[in-house]
Amino acid sequence: MIRQYDKLIFELSKKGRQGYSLPQNAHKEYSLDSIPSYACRKAPLGLPEVGEFDVVRHYTNLSNKNFGLDTGFYPLGSCTMKYNPKINEEMYALKGFTSMHPLQPAESVQGALELYYNLNVLLSELAGLSEFTINPFAGAHGELTGLMVMRQYHMKRGDEKRIKVIVPDSAHGTNPASAAVCGLQVVEVKSTSEGTIDVENLKPLLDDTVAGIMMTNPNTLGIFEKEILEIAKLVHECGGLLYYDGANLNPMLGKCRPGDMGFDIMHINLHKTFSTPHGGGGPGSGPVGVRKGLENYLPNPHVRKNAEGKFYIDFDKDSLGSISGFVGNFGVMVRAYTYILSLGKENIKNVGPMATLNANYIKESLKDCFELPISGVCKHEFVYDGLKDKSTGVTTLDVAKRLLDYGFHAPTIYFPLLFHQAIMIEPTETESKDTLDDFIAIMRKIAKEAIEDPDTVKNAPHHTPVRRLDETTAARKPILTYKDMLDDDNFKA
Amino acid sequence: MSNKYIPHTEDDIQEMLKVSGVHTIDDLYQDIPEQVILKREYDIPSAMSEIEIRKFIGGLSEKNKICSIFTGAGAYDHYSPSVINQIISRSEFLTAYTPYQAEISQGTLQYIFEFQSMMSELTGMPCCNASMYDGPTACAESMMMCVAAAKKKNKVLYAATLLLHVRRVLTTYAKFHGVNLVEIPEKDGVTDKSVMDSLLSVGDVAGVIVSQPNAYGIIENFTGYAETIHAQKAIFVMYTDPSALAVLKTPGEWDADVACGDGQSLGIPLNYGGPYVGFMGSTKALERKLPGRIVGATHDIEGKRAYVLTLQAREQHIRREKANSNICSNQSLMALYVTIYMSLMGPKGLKEVNELSYSNSHYVCDELCKTGHFSLVYKQPFLKEFLVKTDLPVEKLQKKLLENSIFGGIELRPGELLFCVTENRTQDEIEQLLNVIKSML
Amino acid sequence: MSKIIEGLYYSDSHEFVKVEGNTAFVGITDYAQQQLGNIVYVDMPDTDDEVSKDEEFGAVESVKAASDLISPISGKVIEVNESLVDNPELVNKDAFENWIIKVEMSDPSELDSLMDAKAYEKACE
Repeated sequence: MIRQYDKLIFELSKKGRQGYSLPQNAHKEYSLDSIPSYACRKAPLGLPEVGEFDVVRHYTNLSNKNFGLDTGFYPLGSCTMKYNPKINEEMYALKGFTSMHPLQPAESVQGALELYYNLNVLLSELAGLSEFTINPFAGAHGELTGLMVMRQYHMKRGDEKRIKVIVPDSAHGTNPASAAVCGLQVVEVKSTSEGTIDVENLKPLLDDTVAGIMMTNPNTLGIFEKEILEIAKLVHECGGLLYYDGANLNPMLGKCRPGDMGFDIMHINLHKTFSTPHGGGGPGSGPVGVRKGLENYLPNPHVRKNAEGKFYIDFDKDSLGSISGFVGNFGVMVRAYTYILSLGKENIKNVGPMATLNANYIKESLKDCFELPISGVCKHEFVYDGLKDKSTGVTTLDVAKRLLDYGFHAPTIYFPLLFHQAIMIEPTETESKDTLDDFIAIMRKIAKEAIEDPDTVKNAPHHTPVRRLDETTAARKPILTYKDMLDDDNFKA
Repeated sequence: MSNKYIPHTEDDIQEMLKVSGVHTIDDLYQDIPEQVILKREYDIPSAMSEIEIRKFIGGLSEKNKICSIFTGAGAYDHYSPSVINQIISRSEFLTAYTPYQAEISQGTLQYIFEFQSMMSELTGMPCCNASMYDGPTACAESMMMCVAAAKKKNKVLYAATLLLHVRRVLTTYAKFHGVNLVEIPEKDGVTDKSVMDSLLSVGDVAGVIVSQPNAYGIIENFTGYAETIHAQKAIFVMYTDPSALAVLKTPGEWDADVACGDGQSLGIPLNYGGPYVGFMGSTKALERKLPGRIVGATHDIEGKRAYVLTLQAREQHIRREKANSNICSNQSLMALYVTIYMSLMGPKGLKEVNELSYSNSHYVCDELCKTGHFSLVYKQPFLKEFLVKTDLPVEKLQKKLLENSIFGGIELRPGELLFCVTENRTQDEIEQLLNVIKSML
Repeated sequence: MSKIIEGLYYSDSHEFVKVEGNTAFVGITDYAQQQLGNIVYVDMPDTDDEVSKDEEFGAVESVKAASDLISPISGKVIEVNESLVDNPELVNKDAFENWIIKVEMSDPSELDSLMDAKAYEKACE
């Protein structure tokens, strides 16, 4: 059976097999033997020797052990797992894009530069900001870049005192981590019971050592920060800047723009809001946008347009510097650009409302069997605090693992930390009511199983290629390579 | 409301509003202050059908000039096997999320394990992570790792012979992270060891970063580096071209502590600069100081061999501001790309890639020098990339090459051109390059 | 129910101090190891390192959590518990028996600000 496939590529290796074809050497008179011996590799190279067909079968079988978005619903809160359109892939693969060397002179890459520039303009309009850099490779990378913009702004003002950044205690872990990488001290502001920023707790923290505040709106519980205008006013008054974590931008499309709410800097996750595929963990893209006055601080290289309408690469002297080798994950930009043009102004305004409707629909449908700590309208995502009936000891982890048996990917679990049995659900606008109804029925079934047959839930999953894993030994005695495995008694065949 | 990506019918919407306990969609946004609610349409183009998209974006791609590539400088046009695109476009790989639910992500987790294993073989470093964004950011993370591992030192030395775009990123990260970054100057196209030795002798250095090959394509000699660096309890970092490690002495063999670089040279298309794939590897002693995702092997409850994200306590979602880094993802699909590449090429194939690139580039170099108008700037051994000085008018030369759909000879300094000739250049393309150049004499 | 030993000193971040003359054995309490779950790694300082009261000197990691170790006293590390390198789970087995660092105290009066067994028991409720 396909799902029993358990070979490593190294285990298919046989000396003398090959999976490649290369031309004959037309210039044998020049040989690697001329490389001085002090610089030559002496160690054998333990890569597998396999035929092309072996490789194809191997990775095809591996793919059969994987669940992708195309396989089924991923209700992952905070991840915006929306459909990855295939026209995006077709455009990504165009030779005119994939063959371009990043250092080719501008006149030979006008199409690529125009695409970057146009995407910049589109994102700026959608965000209500002045300009974006699309160089950052991921959301966390965008956060770091945005914080660097914040610091560059203060440094250019001659203000060396601003070394603190305020972060809500409900924030995603990348927020404080990015601040630390950027050389900023993290000051946490306490949330209300809804996870929103407690303005009274914020006020005493605002002084002239604060560079700014990092927040997301809606917050990590899917609740809109109603006090945002007040927060913006307070932070600006103390001389700080507002940074928007764009992970939760999806419900805002069509309804509200971060720039209009008073944010000065933001990042967007193209692999969330703008449909580019997650690829198992990347490549993504984390464009960073800024309001007027901050554009020159964005990282180099910039892509600009001159008076004759020609596009060019520019290194701005006021820039914070460079955070990427070249202009970022260009291939990902092609996909996002295609997506925005496909939706157009007529449809993009429905993205937020339909995502929000989906979330509220599930929230209300299951609140009789799952604990809903925050009632009232949510945006694109919401949190349950575990099962309503916890008497049999079934945890959020158990529920998540049991969902896998029914062909759904689990929601986000144990985040945010505000609720100990947190289950965060985000059904994007690309999911139909039918899919949601299936999901609701299964969640209801699992809640019932938790009472009537708790062991089945506690020992789930039962029907996946592997079952619950020993993560403790994996962390105590890390086996990170095939070589490690060969040396470890626990892995003897 | 419906469009091909948004499946809601009017009936669906009415039913869902009822269950949600509201009357209209606007009710769901009541909590947004009136002043910030968007009351107009976005000023973006009207929706395009696929037919129009193909025309328009296809048209953009045609405004780019497809050339035979005779340059490198950190992005190499190596042969990319046909199999790879077919496999990575399988939606179970392409559309999968990060493998947090290990039971249904064994595909992703296993290929990352294989990637780690292969990168470990290539670099000679026992521990490799699941990949970083690109080479330059991997180098910056290595720099921060030096400083984190050293107790009170924050000075890191770096070679002037690192690629320019790597140095730019290092400088930026150093500025914000508070690292005292000091350049080791070059001498005759390679790192000046005597300067490095005297900088190290002060005793305040946390790490040293060098490049192999270097920005001029030159193969440097790092004899004595590890001893001197380790004597000062500093960390020895090598930024490398992984493709070249099939034939060049590995960071492990040079006794380095950390290896980093960009896996783009392992068959990834040029993609106008991205997506590429950074990598980092270290000795066992530094294993828990590595940033990024790491996959480990383990067993499940029934004793089946399986793979899982491990050593997560280093990462941002647990350690927050005390994490080794803020990195939350990797370039997973590109790690799969190079894993398949390395599986197909194997040790023999990778060696041949280097043999062909070596032969082709040395042939072109000699032919250029024979014209009497080019000469090697440095008398140093090179692998596939070389720097020549010319008395020909550079701008004119580059323009002529481009007219003939050739991109080559990046001007690093006035009159000094960097060329790279890989196994992906046919003999016809090579002869065309030489003919175009000769036509200018 | 977690184990608490008489005669030891306790900090509010769940470290204990066992004093022998001018030497202090520092580790984490049974309560702390229970909270952490299966310990996978103990990040320890080197011999001869200085530790300071209320400052971080290492960390304890489980699969899904990590906790900084805060030193209850100041001084010089004269020994680290090498057996925890390969067997971090020893701390789960017996947290008090498997101390983490042995310190030559520079200011024994710092012990006065720590809790005794009774006060710590109360603090854990």
